Amino acid sequence: MTTSKDDSVDPLTDTQEIAVRTEKLSLWYGSFQALYDVDFAVRRGLITSLIGPSGCGKSTLLRCVNRINERLGYVRTEGKVEVLDTDVYASGIELTQLRRHVGMVFQRPNPLPLSIRENILFAHQLHEPGSEALPKADRDAIVEKALREVLLWDTVKDRLDRSATGLSLEEQQKLCIARLLPVKPKVILMDEPCSALDPKATAAVEDLIWQLRGEYTILLVTHNMAQARRASDECAFMLMGRMVEHGPTDRLFVTPEDTRTADYIEGKYG
Amino acid sequence: MFAATDRNRTNDRIQRRYRNVFLGMTLLLVLPVLIILGLLVVRGGPVLTAEFLFEFPKSGMTAGGIFPAFLGTIILVTMGLVFSVPLGIAAAIYLSEYAPDNWLTRSINLAIINLAGVPSIVHALFGVGAFVIFFGFGTSILAASLTLAIMALPVVIVATRESLQAVPHAFREACWAMGATRWQTIRRVVLPNSVSGILTGVILEVSRTAGETAPIMFTGAAFFVPFLPQTIFDKTMALSLHLFVISTQVPGVPEDFPYGVALLLIIIVLSMNALSIGFRTWLRGRKKW
Ligand SMILES: Nc1ncnc2c1ncn2[C@@H]1O[C@H](COP(=O)(O)OP(=O)(O)OP(=O)(O)O)[C@@H](O)[C@H]1O
Ligand SMILES: [Mg+2]
Repeated sequence: MTTSKDDSVDPLTDTQEIAVRTEKLSLWYGSFQALYDVDFAVRRGLITSLIGPSGCGKSTLLRCVNRINERLGYVRTEGKVEVLDTDVYASGIELTQLRRHVGMVFQRPNPLPLSIRENILFAHQLHEPGSEALPKADRDAIVEKALREVLLWDTVKDRLDRSATGLSLEEQQKLCIARLLPVKPKVILMDEPCSALDPKATAAVEDLIWQLRGEYTILLVTHNMAQARRASDECAFMLMGRMVEHGPTDRLFVTPEDTRTADYIEGKYG
Repeated sequence: MFAATDRNRTNDRIQRRYRNVFLGMTLLLVLPVLIILGLLVVRGGPVLTAEFLFEFPKSGMTAGGIFPAFLGTIILVTMGLVFSVPLGIAAAIYLSEYAPDNWLTRSINLAIINLAGVPSIVHALFGVGAFVIFFGFGTSILAASLTLAIMALPVVIVATRESLQAVPHAFREACWAMGATRWQTIRRVVLPNSVSGILTGVILEVSRTAGETAPIMFTGAAFFVPFLPQTIFDKTMALSLHLFVISTQVPGVPEDFPYGVALLLIIIVLSMNALSIGFRTWLRGRKKW
């Protein structure tokens, strides 16, 4: 890691501002209940990791925040999810706006089958009226800024018009993060963003995630406990659809309050 | 070490035997096709002169050319395409991209697959009932091409839907998660990546209607029309029906005439296929994944 979270004077960690909050959130896939009364609060500007054994509902919880679960017709949700103090399940919420402000990074890098440049401009063109009419210089500036933010500019600046699917997995995943940035999301949801990558690429993407800390609130699902430990400010442990424990990462890994958390950290569940 | 054992040799012999059986089956399939094509080319080739293609039949179809039938087939197939393709593609987009996955959608899909298997004579009778009589188009180019379109519609829908489904789902998810509407996703990502498959599939399927006889026989194609059609409410001649007529109904037709007509029909279908394959290759070259 080039950066460290051990700076003891970090104004961010003192913030009490909440970016994402769930209250008594329950979710059913048909008749199967995947989430049970989850109360959870993600502090703004920090990286919060979500850990737990396979099938405990981490992805499900993540997918409630941008309401992408709903495209499955058989999903039913109860309770409340607030993003920046707005109830996103209230009527009158425009899903496209919600998803503009709550970006998502998937497990398998999924750049669109377009050029690198078009990938970066895609969301911008969806959400900014007149984006396509911008002078080329302005569009180039947007592309450069986003690619610089994800530390990809120097590698790809000479092949912006080549297909994004020809990049390496690491570069693809960085591109998938970069394409969210031009519309300035408040929250970025990441569902095991490194699990398709090799260790070196994982370290690179972790570094990148750490760079984005502060400007964006990041909710990171991971299977990799070392990653949660290295790369997050706070950590939440889920088990069988329930939120078991949530606290500062350092504390949670050293002195877990719940015995189930302790068991999991020691590797007693899968 | 590593030398062949008896067991290996037996296995080898068995696998050779199976390969020969499969090869034989393949040859058995290919051979008749080659013979038919060869016969058509040898006997029909010399018939296909410019006069034959571009002149009217004379002396009760025993001399002269086949121009009205040639033109009629082209008109019928083109109009069939024009009617069936936009409708079929639109329906396929709805079924693949918008329709919720419920029993209604599933039964519509099942119905479409079954419709594709309905015998063409049934479509013909439907065409008579619906277009000729109910809508009052009479036996006309319009009624015949609409009947062809109805017949082509299920396969157009199936071909289109398959091409749409071939676009990886991850692309759609990525778009939706960025806040794209369904239509934006279709327009910007799904269609550009499926258009080559859609068009090829559709052209391949529709070109096959060129050889259909039953659906047009009762709805708009005539044995003999002494003039070219002036409007879509006229009757027309068509190659498939003409072939049937000169082979079985009219005495005194030169023996090679039917071969010529059959060859022309095959050339029309094959060149449409070639066109669509060329088109696909061209579009493939521009595909990005
Ligand atoms: N689309 C779905 N339809 C039905 N059940 C589902 C669906 N998606 C997830 N589930 C179920 O909901 C539960 C939680 O799934 P989820 O994907 O949220 O787990 P997860 O914690 O992300 O697991 P993993 O670590 O394997 O990704 C699991 O039991 C799963 O089988
Ligand atoms: Mg998951």
